[in-house]
Amino acid sequence: MNSVESAAARNLTYLVLGIAAFTALFPIALMLLNAVKSAPEIIMNPLGLPTAIRLENFTGAWRDAGFTQAFINSITLSGLSILLVCSTGSLTAYVLARRKIKSWRLVTGYILATSTAPIQLYLFPLYFGFASLGLINNVFAVSLIYCALFSPFSIMLLRTYFLAVPKELEEAAIIDGATPWQVFTKVMLPIVWPGILTVALIVGLYTWNEFLIAVTFLPSEGSRTAIASFFLLSGQYVTDWGQLMAGATMIVLPVVVLFVFLQRRFIEGMTGGSLKG
Amino acid sequence: MYRLYLVPTLAINMAIILVPALLTVALAFFRWDGITEPVFVGLDNFRALGADRVFWTALRNNIVWTVIFLTVPIATGLLMAALLLRIRRGRTAFQLIFFLPVIIATVITARIWEGMIFHPQNGLFAWLAGFGIDLQNPLAQPATALYGVAVVDLWHWWGFLAVVFFAALRQVPAELIEVAQLEGATFFQLLRHVLLPSIMPTIALMAIMTVIWSFLVFDFIYILTEGGPAFSSEVLATYAYRKAFFDLQVGVAAAAALVISLFGIVATVFYLRIQAREGEL
Repeated sequence: MNSVESAAARNLTYLVLGIAAFTALFPIALMLLNAVKSAPEIIMNPLGLPTAIRLENFTGAWRDAGFTQAFINSITLSGLSILLVCSTGSLTAYVLARRKIKSWRLVTGYILATSTAPIQLYLFPLYFGFASLGLINNVFAVSLIYCALFSPFSIMLLRTYFLAVPKELEEAAIIDGATPWQVFTKVMLPIVWPGILTVALIVGLYTWNEFLIAVTFLPSEGSRTAIASFFLLSGQYVTDWGQLMAGATMIVLPVVVLFVFLQRRFIEGMTGGSLKG
Repeated sequence: MYRLYLVPTLAINMAIILVPALLTVALAFFRWDGITEPVFVGLDNFRALGADRVFWTALRNNIVWTVIFLTVPIATGLLMAALLLRIRRGRTAFQLIFFLPVIIATVITARIWEGMIFHPQNGLFAWLAGFGIDLQNPLAQPATALYGVAVVDLWHWWGFLAVVFFAALRQVPAELIEVAQLEGATFFQLLRHVLLPSIMPTIALMAIMTVIWSFLVFDFIYILTEGGPAFSSEVLATYAYRKAFFDLQVGVAAAAALVISLFGIVATVFYLRIQAREGEL
């Protein structure tokens, strides 16, 4: 922090941070390392380097977990959820940010309150309701659940983007004869575009990773997500840990690649609502 | 006119959250197996909860969980954030690394720890045993199962807090820090008297969210131990899930859900008050 700090203190700082970084990376490294090893090789030495790169682990996991269908399902589900959250959420965020309605305070409070509502509070009637309507295993119906689940944080995040847009821009557009809908779509949306992109990323990540809803509402083979397929693959009595880690790597890799390139957006999106004061 | 803009959000929200939540409140007073006609039973479901030893274990475990997560990750996060503030080079890289476990799916994290760390044949524990360091798989013992799962969740979680706290620390006005340094404050004095008080609102918000999330914890427990062995790591969320979908006692599950919500509501009131103070409400 300042130049008076001794070299020893600085080294200690780096040492502690280094240990923390090692702790964070170690399990991930074990996943990558053992994803290319055979089961006997893992048992022999879980920390050892592979004697040969076993790509069969990946093809085997892909086949056994039925990842072709599962990845299609996960991508569809994430895409639909992103579409729903971004379209409905930006409308709401705009109205709340600009206080276009008298009851904006009530609506904001309601949305904030539902963001902390426990899933268990609505899970059971929702499940039996979906079941009686024949919506179990329906990817579109489940994307509505994710929309409800992830909208509150998205709306609060998008709201801050709308708040940052100067009011004069809107006023100028209205003077030029734009309708309210044109102001929203032609003036506001292009400006808050980065915020929508951030929300899309985070909603995509959350949907891709989500467990409880996915396992409960999409149980059949045809509608299962990648996460649920991996869960089933790992729940088998005999476990080939090499193959399992290969399956894990395939689910994690796209997420990590996106994260490394768009780190700032991810972190802003996930921690944005947490800064106070 | 602008009311129409809210219709999609509110319609979806009410259909998925509000209406089912109200139904849960009602269901708590009915006996229902999910198929046949529900029967009104008054407070029977709550009496059933009170008489069930597993329910009390679950409640106790949620409280233990809350205590662990209010202390360990918040302290770790604060320490790492403070240390990041002391360095110039590598801040971005450390943040990236600390945040990696946060973005990995719970099932994947759970299986990595189960197979690659705790596993007595495949994992780090097997490797350590080769050096005479005998560690038991914590997930297999009733006395340690809950803590074993907590370790996994802690690994997954502390980086989030470190990044949040670091972002908050960076917003502390530079003048405040300079004055303290001119007065000869050591780093720990600076931390205690300047930095921590400045980011108290963020810490408070994280503490409130921790309480809410601690009563919701489900994924790691369900995946790693299913509440076992012998219900030793059961929490309210896994308890309610089992009651509804395995025992088909939806009424009892709804009653348990109300207990979970009770803790959430208290924390939510604090949460809304903080948001209101921030002028967001």
